[in-house]
Amino acid sequence: MFRRLREPWTDRQAAWRLGAVSCLVLLVILLMVVFVAVKAWPTLSNNGGVGWLGPGEDVDKQMSAMLTTSRHPDSSVYHLDAWPLVYGTILTTIVAVGFGLVFSVLAAIFIVEFAPEWLRRLVVPAVRLLAAIPSVVYGLVGILVLVPFVNEHLISAERRKEVEYVVQLTGTGVLVACLVLTVMVTPIMIAIVVDALRSIPTAWTEGATALGANRWEAMWTVSVRAARPAIVAAAVLAGARAVGEAVMISMVSGSRGFSPNLMDGLTYLFEPFRTVAASMIEQVDGLNAPAISSSVYAMALLLLFSSLVLSIGGYVAKLPMRRQGMRV
Amino acid sequence: MSTIPRSVPPAPAVGGALLAGGPQRPYRPAPRRDSVSSWRWRHRAAYGACWAAGLSLCLIAVAILGYMAVEGVQYLSLEMLVTRPEPSLDQAQTGGILDPILGTLILTVMAILIATPLGAVAAIWIVEYGRPRWLARTIESGIEVVAGTPDIVLAIFGLAIFQLPLFAPLSFTADGGGVFGRSFFAASAMLSLIAIPMVFSATREGLLQVPAHVREASWALGKTRICTIRSVLLPVVRRHIATGSTLGMGRIVGDTAIVVVLLGGSLQITPVGDVPVLDVLKGSGSTLTTYVYNASPAGEGNAPQKAYAAAFVLLVLVLLLNAVATSIGKRSSPLEAHS
Repeated sequence: MFRRLREPWTDRQAAWRLGAVSCLVLLVILLMVVFVAVKAWPTLSNNGGVGWLGPGEDVDKQMSAMLTTSRHPDSSVYHLDAWPLVYGTILTTIVAVGFGLVFSVLAAIFIVEFAPEWLRRLVVPAVRLLAAIPSVVYGLVGILVLVPFVNEHLISAERRKEVEYVVQLTGTGVLVACLVLTVMVTPIMIAIVVDALRSIPTAWTEGATALGANRWEAMWTVSVRAARPAIVAAAVLAGARAVGEAVMISMVSGSRGFSPNLMDGLTYLFEPFRTVAASMIEQVDGLNAPAISSSVYAMALLLLFSSLVLSIGGYVAKLPMRRQGMRV
Repeated sequence: MSTIPRSVPPAPAVGGALLAGGPQRPYRPAPRRDSVSSWRWRHRAAYGACWAAGLSLCLIAVAILGYMAVEGVQYLSLEMLVTRPEPSLDQAQTGGILDPILGTLILTVMAILIATPLGAVAAIWIVEYGRPRWLARTIESGIEVVAGTPDIVLAIFGLAIFQLPLFAPLSFTADGGGVFGRSFFAASAMLSLIAIPMVFSATREGLLQVPAHVREASWALGKTRICTIRSVLLPVVRRHIATGSTLGMGRIVGDTAIVVVLLGGSLQITPVGDVPVLDVLKGSGSTLTTYVYNASPAGEGNAPQKAYAAAFVLLVLVLLLNAVATSIGKRSSPLEAHS
């Protein structure tokens, strides 16, 4: 068999063989969906499909009860009310992408239009650097620098006392997590928006300049407007990254299955929470318990589904620009 | 028949050209005689906001890098790099980071050895053959889906796969027949999935840049397609493949979730079995990322000084890989050199 591979390949053979290797990717995706769905089935069927996403009892207590069950637990053990986790995920994603979007559009305009050449040579590597830093390093900076700072300087003693019977405020929580996550997702957005702004035909902005627009007007009313699909796509793709971020969130979120309550006023910013992805990575040691394992796979299915939806969303959002022949 | 000059080639699957380290079009020079001082105040405010955003990006990057460098150099010692880690509650007793460094190296090499051929072959097939079209399109979007999948999901999926009895030889098997499913094999197989999209899109970029007449000249000399790929196209796209896999290595080195789930969580490299090299690969261990994760206050170890030192080594490694990728991307291609 190996001798046949070593002979010069005909084109037909080559197409067939290379194609077969390429199809492995599809196989992996197929297996991924099937395996995760099968493993998640007990949780899904015992909670009536998506019932486990709703609010209810304390999710942390439910999870720790799952840990102590036998190898074949009865169906009541699978009961899960994961709303706090879903809420935490949605909250961090929307906040990080929202703030990141404003920031990254401004930064992209700066890189493409306003930065002097020497400064551009600093900013572009800075964006690359921020994109390359591993999430665990972001988490480390968050937990060793930002969390103590917030704990010592921003949380007053009265505020701590006010909520001490519900949650302990230790500095980990919404504020730090959203801040670090924003820094993490911004480089991706900047890269996509910069690509889009630079793919705008020069004639368009030159036309605006000829009509008397200054550089900002030409940028804002022509380039940014034409690049709107890419900006939406950038937000969506950054959202996909934010939804799946597990390690950093698990380090700085305080790791409690708690829904921060907007009625608490400013205290909201310091309340601990946890996201779906962070819960998955923290339950790694409990995977031998069948109920935990099934819950974790159900969360994986949820993340898989949402990242799939967001990928498709990003692709669809860019279609209008692609139709005009721009390369984004 | 040629599949090359298509309407609009799609953008790279991962990030943009800015992050992919490829060659960039020159920026448009600023028009003359448009001074900011004559603008309306709203435009000036926006101009200021752009400057603020750009400068704060630099500041954040410099702050993180500088802080990690100061803390890292302070706690890092040569001795730490060559001693093995020990589990201990006292920070002074926790030893060094030799095993995490070795773990990172083993995993990166294995994962990139899996990812590079797969990603490159997929790109070559899609650009040079790509028939039937629907299949090529599906594979292209499939790779984008893999690129967008959170690493924790890939990790959990890998655990489901490698706990199958079929893959028992690749990891530790308990007495009862339960497969542990966590080993260097399992972790590197899943880590390769996060590098494949980067190799793929870099290779595809390179192939799409090769003008059609280069291929046609080769075909006119009577070479088959596969022979053209081997002797004409591969030498051209070699540096793109190198860029892609170096960037992929950067991602692999920095990934935590997959390693936490699939490498067994033992601090030291723990061989399984008694075959010389295989036993290490079948066993569990740690990498720099999981070491940092566990040594941070969020983990069990709580040895922040060691975490800083390990994170500094990790950061240096990742930045080195990215710098290499950028410098490979800047080198001129053999085609440009001759024309």
